[in-house]
Amino acid sequence: MSIIEVTELTRTFRSSRGVIKRLRGKRGKDVEAVRGVSFTVERGELFGLLGPNGAGKTTTIKMLITLLLPTSGTAKVLGHDVTVHPREVRRRVGYVFGGDRGLYDRLSGRDNLRYFAELYAVPAREQNRRIDELLELVGLTGRDKERVEGYSRGMRQRLHIARGLLHRPEVLFLDEPSIGIDPVGARELRTTVKHLVEQGTTVLLTTHYMFEADELCDRIAVIAGGKILANGTPEDLKQRVTTGGVVEVEVFGVSPDVVGRVHALPGVRTVVVEERGQAQVLVVGAESGAEVTPAVLSCMDGARVGRVVTREPTLEDAYVELVSA
Amino acid sequence: MTGVLRLVLIAWWFQLKIRSRSAFDGLLSMVYPLFFATTIFLMYRAGSAGDTALVSAAVGASVMGVWSATSTTAASSLQQERRQGTLELLVAAPSRFSLIIFPLTLSMATVGAYSLVATLLWGRFVFGIHIAVAQPLTFALAIFVTVIAIGMLGFLLAVSSVRYRSAWALGNMLEMPVWLICGFLVPLSVLPSWLHPVAWVLAPTWGLDAIRAAAEGRPGWTSLGLCVVLTVVYGLVGALVSGWLVDSARRDAKLALT
Repeated sequence: MSIIEVTELTRTFRSSRGVIKRLRGKRGKDVEAVRGVSFTVERGELFGLLGPNGAGKTTTIKMLITLLLPTSGTAKVLGHDVTVHPREVRRRVGYVFGGDRGLYDRLSGRDNLRYFAELYAVPAREQNRRIDELLELVGLTGRDKERVEGYSRGMRQRLHIARGLLHRPEVLFLDEPSIGIDPVGARELRTTVKHLVEQGTTVLLTTHYMFEADELCDRIAVIAGGKILANGTPEDLKQRVTTGGVVEVEVFGVSPDVVGRVHALPGVRTVVVEERGQAQVLVVGAESGAEVTPAVLSCMDGARVGRVVTREPTLEDAYVELVSA
Repeated sequence: MTGVLRLVLIAWWFQLKIRSRSAFDGLLSMVYPLFFATTIFLMYRAGSAGDTALVSAAVGASVMGVWSATSTTAASSLQQERRQGTLELLVAAPSRFSLIIFPLTLSMATVGAYSLVATLLWGRFVFGIHIAVAQPLTFALAIFVTVIAIGMLGFLLAVSSVRYRSAWALGNMLEMPVWLICGFLVPLSVLPSWLHPVAWVLAPTWGLDAIRAAAEGRPGWTSLGLCVVLTVVYGLVGALVSGWLVDSARRDAKLALT
């Protein structure tokens, strides 16, 4: 049995209207945030949901942790339907989200954990020991008696993780946990997540960061516009989408005409312009076996060209191709 | 049962800690009831009220402080939880939502209990109103029950904010009408008779009567009993309604701001 089973899950939000418009019979606009999403997650797996802003990642997670009711479809976590048995699901899952919110600033880190330990029914005798263990795990030992309002963003995020793990959840939902934290903090976070998976926790992670997904996830579902576009291991996704190589051309002042001309070249599948400081980088995805570098460079008339790099496709290339298709 | 009691006590303690750690809020809580008390004592004195009326006003003003501290903050507190991103975590917890929210409003009533003591002391030392309490134990018990009752009434206000983001205004709207309807300042007998049934279903009406009865030495057990019964009814209604409102908030996506 899969730990998470999602079948044709949909969620529609209705924007609200003012009282007068409602009295005149005008309904709010419907927004389909999740449109028939299906996937499964197996025990001990680290599954990633990858997608741009507004793709439906957080909405999907919120349905799985019982904070939102699905509009249609079914979702089961550890065998319990999230709509029918929400309390059974809540007992056995943890939820951690990124950002500054979700903590009581006026309480100390330890008091935050003690409060949530009580709400999450951690047995009274175990609470102090469990809190000490988690503070050690997230590296907050010694800072736990300080008020959270004085914590850095990284410390807050680590406290969030400790909170999410208090009741030893079998499934942990991490919604963009590394957002806004520095590279060292993000690396520590990834180490912690790997450690949890090694100990048998099933993790569902949403992130924007491709290297994070590539490094951590056993399987990834790419979601955009509320639909799953692809699902597989990071290697599968790289193979499935971009079978050719990638050419990166550093240019200074590339015009939309040039981009259009490159896009029209035979053998070119995708063209993306990335801003990097003073320069722009033209990232050109080629079809399998196609040698497009000379042709791409010949289109650069008038633009100053810097470094040219040819490389194998990354997960980010696969992702960009999938979501911009 | 022990688990429920433990959850309520610990959640109450942490909520009290949160509320007691802002110097500005603390200052307001200290000064606000004294303004109320001063205004009321001056009004009664200007009206040449007798000693009994002044004592009654002092008790009424003190309970008024508990209600004001609870009503204005109870409804807005869940909006505050929503704003700081903790409301979703409270709902996502396996504990019953009503058992998490009641301690929150009880902590407000507890902060309000300070104003009760401050008002009585202010009356005694600044205005020379000597309150001779005929039945001290019953007086203390009646105060305890009234604080719980007001906390429970605040709980009813608070749960509405789970579903309706603008329900925080409800507390402000009800603050002053309850002063009048429950007889905090003027006897119920001077209010129109159609308002009396409204007063009877409000637990503070009976709680206040029980406090006054204990101070004056008349029997107040019936009032105290009615206050307890209404408090239990509020608790049961609140528990039932909070379940519906949480489900409705999950259906209509009202738990988060975005």
